[in-house]
Amino acid sequence: MRATARLVARADRHGRTALAELRGESPLLLRQVAATGGGVTVYVVGGAAGPLAGDELRLDVEVGPGAVVRVQTVAASIALPGRPGAVSRMLVRVSVAADAVLHWLPEQLVAAAGCAHVADAQVDVAEGGTLHWRDELICGRHGEQPGHAEINTWVDLAGRPLLRQSLSVGPDAPGWAGPAVLSGAPATGSLLVVDPARPAEPPAVRGTVARLPLAGGPATLWTATAPDAHTLRTYLDGANSSAASAGGEVNGRVRVG
Amino acid sequence: MTAPTMLLLLADGRFPAGAHAHSAGLEAAVAAGRVTDLATLGEYLRGRLATAGLVAAAFAAAARRAAWSARRPATLVRLDAELDARTASPAQRTVSRRQGRALLRAGREIWPTAAFDDLPATPGGPHQPLALGLVGAAAGLDPAQVATVAAHSTVTGSASAAVRLLGLDPYQVQALLVRLAGACDATAARAARAAEQPPQRLPAAAAPLADIHAEAHATWEVRLFAS
Repeated sequence: MRATARLVARADRHGRTALAELRGESPLLLRQVAATGGGVTVYVVGGAAGPLAGDELRLDVEVGPGAVVRVQTVAASIALPGRPGAVSRMLVRVSVAADAVLHWLPEQLVAAAGCAHVADAQVDVAEGGTLHWRDELICGRHGEQPGHAEINTWVDLAGRPLLRQSLSVGPDAPGWAGPAVLSGAPATGSLLVVDPARPAEPPAVRGTVARLPLAGGPATLWTATAPDAHTLRTYLDGANSSAASAGGEVNGRVRVG
Repeated sequence: MTAPTMLLLLADGRFPAGAHAHSAGLEAAVAAGRVTDLATLGEYLRGRLATAGLVAAAFAAAARRAAWSARRPATLVRLDAELDARTASPAQRTVSRRQGRALLRAGREIWPTAAFDDLPATPGGPHQPLALGLVGAAAGLDPAQVATVAAHSTVTGSASAAVRLLGLDPYQVQALLVRLAGACDATAARAARAAEQPPQRLPAAAAPLADIHAEAHATWEVRLFAS
């Protein structure tokens, strides 16, 4: 199945966000829901099971100057096998303008046995833009080994590279379950926060969660591995709340070396 | 293939660039109980090759290609920023730049007439793969050979650290490296092909535990290895 969807948000002269464009097609449907404050919340509603290998899905998101948008999904998406040799692809292209805010907080991606899935995110954040970007990957449904899944996250800030990460799991990714990559943890994820208003915090690590200030601007990546989806969410929510309470308690030990 | 002895000299752990002081995350992985024996060391090295090894080899080969190009300073600046974006852990960025600085110091002494000044003057030093690309150029190596040096050192550094950290039998560790030679060559070949892409398209293979291990290790007050 091929589907494209597009979301364009603009702020009006009172600073309220309005959707200039919101269109999608099955299995990539977009629904606006009531939101508090001046921003808008949009849910991506999977119109069918999947993605199935062979699907080509594309979502474009444009957040104009001053607009505030939150994107969520109603449920985890489960990458499933399709016809032999086929790959499912999900491409998300995002631009966040100056003074705009995007919270991209979808539910997990589950890589089911036999799947072949590539998720590409290309995100451009203008100087002064704010981004919260969460990615969670569950390697296999309960008790199964995952197929091949590749999560590519390419983020530019003010036209310069901020984050490039490509995480591969499954039979085509040597050592992915080993002690250099996930050490058998079935859940892994990250939360990227780009926020020029937030004071810089030092790196920290606690258990299998690390807080990593990035080199390319006012941005921090939380990265984690976990025994299950719920624990992973707890780790990343903890990161998010420490991001909200700027200057608050340091989450973990402060680096001394 | 040209310059076989140059290739061996650069890949040798005795090349005076301080490589022996680094375990590339292995010391933290051992402390966390994730690497305990030869089998888990093998899995560790396979994972390193597919992630950090591929990225380092691709950037070293790309820097080597840039060394003889007209747009060399601009390309090296771009490669430096792209490698920063692939190194989320500040501890890993610091280590890469420290190793780059050490390699550059050796390169300047050994090839005094070679041009290293186009490397971006970043605080802390150039990233190690960029320094390796230019040192490789000075030594007359081609991009594929430079990628081979990078992939090879990815596995040999951690492997020799494993002998010290876990008291493993050196013969068994060497046999493991021999079994990994094919994977090492394949990684280098893939990296050399990838290096023909523009900097933003170079590999970015990530490993969550590499970031976590590096940051944990950096908090220790007493450690055997610098990384």
